[in-house]
Amino acid sequence: MSEKLNTPGYDVPPEMQDVVAITTLDKIYNWGRRYSAWPMMFGLACCAIEMICTAAARFDFSRFGMEIMRPSPRQADVMLVSGTVTKKMVPQIVRLYNQMPEPKYVVAMGACASGGGPFKEGYNVVSGVDKFLPVDVYIPGCPPTPQALLHGLMKLQEMMDTQSIKNVRWYQKEPLDAIPIPILGPDLLDPRDFPQFAEKMAASATENKEA
Amino acid sequence: MYGKGILKGLGVTWKHFWDTYIDDIKWGKKRYHTEEGIAYRMSKDARGLFTVQYPEERLPTPEEFRFVPFLVYDEDEGGEQVIRCTSCGICAKVCPPQCIWIERSTNPKTGRPVPVPAEFYIDVDICMNCGFCAEFCPFDAIKMDHDYELAVYDRLTNNIYDREKLLKPAAYYDGIRPLNSQKEFDARAEKEAKKAAAKKKK
Amino acid sequence: MTEQTKTMHKDIEARFAGIIALDDRSGYEGYRVEAEKLVEFATALRDEFGYDFLSSVTGVDYLPDEKMEVVYHIYKSTGGHALVFKVQVPRANPVVPSLVSIFPGADFQEREAWDLFGIRFEGHPNHKRILMWEGFSGHPMRKDWKEAYYEADAKPFDARWPGGDVSRSEDKMVFNKNVAYPQDFTPENWTPEGETALYSGMQNIATDEDLQTEHVVVNLGPQHPSTHGVFRMVATLDGETIVKLEPVMGYLHRNHEKIGERNTYLMNIPFTDRLDYLSSMSNNFGYVLAVEKLLGDTTHIPDRAKYIRVIMAEFTRISNHLMAIGALLNDLGAYFTPMLYALKERELILDIFEAVSGSRMMCNYYRFGGVARDLPPGTHEMMRGLAFERLPRQIDELDRYLTENEIIRARCEGVGVLTPEEAIAYSAVGPVLRASGVPYDVRRADPYSVYDRFDFDVAVRYHGDVYDRYLVRLDEIRQSIRILQQALNGIPECDNCLGKPRYSMRVPAGEAYGRVEGPKGELGFYVVADGGPNPWRYHVRAPSFINLTALSKMCEGDKIADAIIVLGSIDIVLGETDR
Repeated sequence: MSEKLNTPGYDVPPEMQDVVAITTLDKIYNWGRRYSAWPMMFGLACCAIEMICTAAARFDFSRFGMEIMRPSPRQADVMLVSGTVTKKMVPQIVRLYNQMPEPKYVVAMGACASGGGPFKEGYNVVSGVDKFLPVDVYIPGCPPTPQALLHGLMKLQEMMDTQSIKNVRWYQKEPLDAIPIPILGPDLLDPRDFPQFAEKMAASATENKEA
Repeated sequence: MYGKGILKGLGVTWKHFWDTYIDDIKWGKKRYHTEEGIAYRMSKDARGLFTVQYPEERLPTPEEFRFVPFLVYDEDEGGEQVIRCTSCGICAKVCPPQCIWIERSTNPKTGRPVPVPAEFYIDVDICMNCGFCAEFCPFDAIKMDHDYELAVYDRLTNNIYDREKLLKPAAYYDGIRPLNSQKEFDARAEKEAKKAAAKKKK
Repeated sequence: MTEQTKTMHKDIEARFAGIIALDDRSGYEGYRVEAEKLVEFATALRDEFGYDFLSSVTGVDYLPDEKMEVVYHIYKSTGGHALVFKVQVPRANPVVPSLVSIFPGADFQEREAWDLFGIRFEGHPNHKRILMWEGFSGHPMRKDWKEAYYEADAKPFDARWPGGDVSRSEDKMVFNKNVAYPQDFTPENWTPEGETALYSGMQNIATDEDLQTEHVVVNLGPQHPSTHGVFRMVATLDGETIVKLEPVMGYLHRNHEKIGERNTYLMNIPFTDRLDYLSSMSNNFGYVLAVEKLLGDTTHIPDRAKYIRVIMAEFTRISNHLMAIGALLNDLGAYFTPMLYALKERELILDIFEAVSGSRMMCNYYRFGGVARDLPPGTHEMMRGLAFERLPRQIDELDRYLTENEIIRARCEGVGVLTPEEAIAYSAVGPVLRASGVPYDVRRADPYSVYDRFDFDVAVRYHGDVYDRYLVRLDEIRQSIRILQQALNGIPECDNCLGKPRYSMRVPAGEAYGRVEGPKGELGFYVVADGGPNPWRYHVRAPSFINLTALSKMCEGDKIADAIIVLGSIDIVLGETDR
């Protein structure tokens, strides 16, 4: 562990080498986050069962520092979107994401969470959670096996290693805006669409006529 | 006695805890990172709890295991790729979530279709790993892969697999599914022998 | 049909002459009832003829005939075949009298038919949408209702081959999402109404005037660690006691039936895996049985395939009940240790599924007329090892670990009681019904496949509380092991006798209702074929969905903390509840 953190670049005198470790702030920050990414206890569908299996003895993701699953978003670092995101559920998912403290990560587990999956054509299904949340890692598979999930989580850890305090979005000067919560209208309404809503409606009307 | 049930239960928990360590001691180093160790730990005789030390060790993948599909190609004498797929479209027709797109090639001179796919796409964000494409392919050209380590950072550029990404050599297929590939090889050989016999008769 | 049921049918025809007519469409069964006489007919059926178990209620949209039909499947709780009756109403104004007053179990199913088909049930006490939200535009299961990503009425879609014009559906949409709004809609004029309607219904309960107490409405879920997924309960509390509880669902409504009606018959098999994703083999089984009934070739299934089907279904039952017991203990606060032990055994069963079918959870193993492939080498020994050695030992250990535990008994005994009469009235099935003292098991009551060749007992307990539901599950695991041992000993050997699966077949027009005893209870598939490549109507009678009808009944009068374990004892899976 300490070898990984101990960055060369600064010469440590030989007599001090076992006593002093030099690292950069980024490295120690990333190391800390990497091994303490607590997932939220949040299951949507079939993939949630594989997520539970991954938490159980045979695969045991506490080996990666994902020690406990937290049911409260306020204590969680990673949101594992494990299953089909439906229109009826997406307001709650966005609200949960907004309630998570930074740094926060989203893993889209399985085909459904990534891009709608086999149910994509359905009238109540959102085509991937990335339509609303920024997703860091996508894990294909229906469902991904626990080992595939572990691989995805390791990918997430690798991504954390490449981040720097200087440019991660939650340490910027401007405050981070919460993601506007979708509304259940006659169909799912995204408040971010509202400024151009009339134009888009007109465009879809002409498209329908042509078809 | 009140509390007896709880004590009994605690005994079971204690046994589980203890069993895990007894096996560890009994097997020594052989229990981890060896094939027989893993096989024992996931067998019916295993006691205590078992954790597979992924990624250092992996569970053995059974032959029938299926993840996303891939296309098989053979190599001819010159080392050229010979794609088994004839773009007949059965896999695209039988696919339940309709995640396969095939573009048939045409001969540029005659304009007639050629039995090779010009393009072959699978959207793995829709694919449900059901294995119908492999099951119903009459040419043994599309098969289900064993590789499950496919996580990516960006799905929009990565997750519609095209022909290049889907193609894998027949040797790879023989490696992951030895029994099935042998069976199919035999069936093909038999068919060809029949054809040859029929020709001879004529 | 036996002689006894034949005479029974004659009696019914004589009793209701003039009100009912035989359904004479080719391939259809049962009676057509006049809408005005429906309540009278159903009451008499229950009181005079002993048909007391209303299993399934569903709508069918016959667009070409401009008719809406409601189909009822009713049984006797003592066993036997179904009696099917139907009500046809004009499509423009479909109104059917509600049967909730006679069969409370029809409650959620009628709401679902209103939600998805727009059939109005007169006299329904809580006539609201159930799977979609209040305010959603249209009734999506109607044949002329089209979603945003609509491509064609039936698969395969033309864009896939030979053109291969690859694209993501959302890229073609103006909003870049899976949405479509009515033409005159503007977001400024929209106020969401669903939550207000829900909460106002919950608060509208008379309080004790003298004591000046106030009721509190508490919302649990859809994100809650103990709701087994995205399930939601809204409870009105008097102190800690539940006065009224309303389940809210639909958070995982994945449009299974709408997609299923576009799929070919074969394509639906892997989709059924994702219904009750803890027991995919049983789902396959039910669906395959229903379609085989339509095909009329049940006799052609090789014996070996039948045995394999039973073996897989029983392993599924064990793995499901292990998970259910683990989850119930989780809900009781025994956080994760019992679950860990249950999952450890479940993993071994999943290893078998993976070796046999290729996937741990989404097995997709059953085919029309058999199974996908024979058992791969080595799996038979694996199964024997589990059924004869490991599982009996481990189940005894689980029993020793939990059953006598004083805390479990104190929390579970006498909680969430459902009497036998209530259980039947609410159409409860599976372990919930059997824990209430009704020994009804489809494997015994209406045997399918080769279950009549095995010797097993129907697990039954008599208190109808949470503890008995736990015990019934434990008993059922033991009975499943018994069936497995017999099946593994008796499975016939043969080379290549399973045949080659077909990918296209002609299904004759007609209707069929196939049901199996899934781990959660009677799992039924109602399929209407019109002779085309895909089903005209495809409906799933989901046990977890219908068992929830009794949830509020079981919870009323108990403490709020008990609502969690009552829910845990029903053992729901949201994929099946919401479909």
